[in-house]
Amino acid sequence: MSARTTFHENHPLAACTMKITREDVARVAELAHLELSEAEFETFSRQLDSILTYVEKLNELNTDGVEPMAQVVPPGDANKEQTGGTPLREDVVEPCAVIGDVLAGAPDPEAPYFRVPKVIER
Amino acid sequence: MTATTHNGHGDNWTVSSIREALQTKRISARELATEFLKRIEKRNPELNAFLTVSPERAYAQADRLDTRIAAGEVLPDLAGLPLAVKDVLSTRGVRTTCASRILENYKPAYDATAVERLEYAGAMILGKTNCDEFAMGGSNENSAYGPVRNPVALDRVPGGSSGGSAAAVAAGLAVVALGTDTGGSIRQPGAFCGIPGLMPTYGRVSRYGLIAFASSLDRIGPFARNVEDAAEVLSVIAGRDPKDSTSADAHVPDYVKHLKDSVKGLRIGVPTDYFGQGLDPAVKQKVEAGIGLLEKLGCRRVDLRMPHTDYAVGTYYLIATAEASSNLARYDGVRYGLRVPSGTLIGMYRSTRGKGFGAEVKRRIMLGTYALSAGYYDAYYLKAQKVRALIARDFAHAFEQADVIVTPTSPVVPFRLGERVADPLAMYLADIYTVTGSLAGVPGISVPCGKTHENLPVGLQIFGPAFGEARILQLAHAFEQAGGRQV
Repeated sequence: MSARTTFHENHPLAACTMKITREDVARVAELAHLELSEAEFETFSRQLDSILTYVEKLNELNTDGVEPMAQVVPPGDANKEQTGGTPLREDVVEPCAVIGDVLAGAPDPEAPYFRVPKVIER
Repeated sequence: MTATTHNGHGDNWTVSSIREALQTKRISARELATEFLKRIEKRNPELNAFLTVSPERAYAQADRLDTRIAAGEVLPDLAGLPLAVKDVLSTRGVRTTCASRILENYKPAYDATAVERLEYAGAMILGKTNCDEFAMGGSNENSAYGPVRNPVALDRVPGGSSGGSAAAVAAGLAVVALGTDTGGSIRQPGAFCGIPGLMPTYGRVSRYGLIAFASSLDRIGPFARNVEDAAEVLSVIAGRDPKDSTSADAHVPDYVKHLKDSVKGLRIGVPTDYFGQGLDPAVKQKVEAGIGLLEKLGCRRVDLRMPHTDYAVGTYYLIATAEASSNLARYDGVRYGLRVPSGTLIGMYRSTRGKGFGAEVKRRIMLGTYALSAGYYDAYYLKAQKVRALIARDFAHAFEQADVIVTPTSPVVPFRLGERVADPLAMYLADIYTVTGSLAGVPGISVPCGKTHENLPVGLQIFGPAFGEARILQLAHAFEQAGGRQV
């Protein structure tokens, strides 16, 4: 994570040290189930590094005591109408007669299943 | 009678003139559909605004309407409205690709709620519009099916990600279009193509059937040739939908009825933070002239500060990519879309995703996965969520001093195709004025605000408080009527 590679490009951030190594890129690609070409490894390492360097900017701000914001709309109250919130609907099963349509678009269907390669071992 | 063309590519059809022409039998819905499908056939090879044209669906709707007209029925509000739909919105039986190879042949089994409501109100779906792959981009150059050209200047980008929807409306290939806006994807292409584009409040319009990019930010909204038509569309698509647990249970006003309410005395907040470094002087000049016009309309300018603006791009790209990395995990070659075979299940996931996604989508999945991964979550994702709260606070404070906030939509004018593709960070930085409102959840509209000396359109952005669409539509409408297009 701390290889001291520098930018070889004439980039405004050229003086910075790399935040992200080739190994980091490989690890993230593995987590994300993405097969990358050699050229993509090269480009993404460089680009992700410049983006991550940029977002370090957030550390200029003191956020002690600030509640993280995950949603902008309040949850609301299911028993009150038009509160501006987002009440949950009743948990009732409704018919959904689209199995045929869904399977028709699957790469390898075997009704009513999707077929995949063997998963006994990785 | 056919639709009259006044300036070579546009026309004067509006929601109300179409309804009236149909009701008085000056034109049939089928004739109208034919006219627009012909225009698409003629112009699309050049513009690449549509990825799929859906004549069967448009004609089926037209014939239903013509039957109702013959029976003397009163027509629904959007009867015969030629509509284009961004290709990230599900349309039952009509190919929906998200401009990605991974969904090249995907046909949804259901309609998005917004699409369903518009069709129920009488709109005719002409087809699905090009965009950046999975709505990730600001130039439409990230489409797997080639870029869209800006009808205003063909060597330039139409903006993005909803570039195809904006171009279709600007070129007169549709009267209105649906787009989606996660960090500016309706407002910025609206500005670039010289038409109004509205991002409603988060929760105002159901996201059911919107193929997710970043769930806490994604919104659906209209492009139109004038503000009134945008209000017409919003009136139909707004409102609670039990199928989207984040759609708000809030009163939906009649946006059209209130459009002409007076804007006199409205306090216009002008944040100095939106007029600093990086703003093209030609854009700045037009936006200042636009604010001058608002003052002439009786609005009162209030200069204010929104001090966290400069942190919005970093915050946005951490949150949006984190959510995207999770949302896009579903494309694995199992249930729909592309499958690239491999001996193992994991191998199949990898090769399918490696081949199916384009460079920008992979880049964002990588960034988001990194920001969420063990050891980095607090430093990146959690930090960004806290700064998001500070940005939302900026808006709350601003709305204590002003009724609306007025800014440039984009710091730049439409740039040339290919000009910026090599530097993703520079591209992200150009989202500075739109991502703020995305993070805060407030509504925003971009309205045409003059043209530069190069004849390129400039957009004026108006933010309102949550669920304040009526107010920003009123102001946008007054601005447009007072000659905002020519400031």
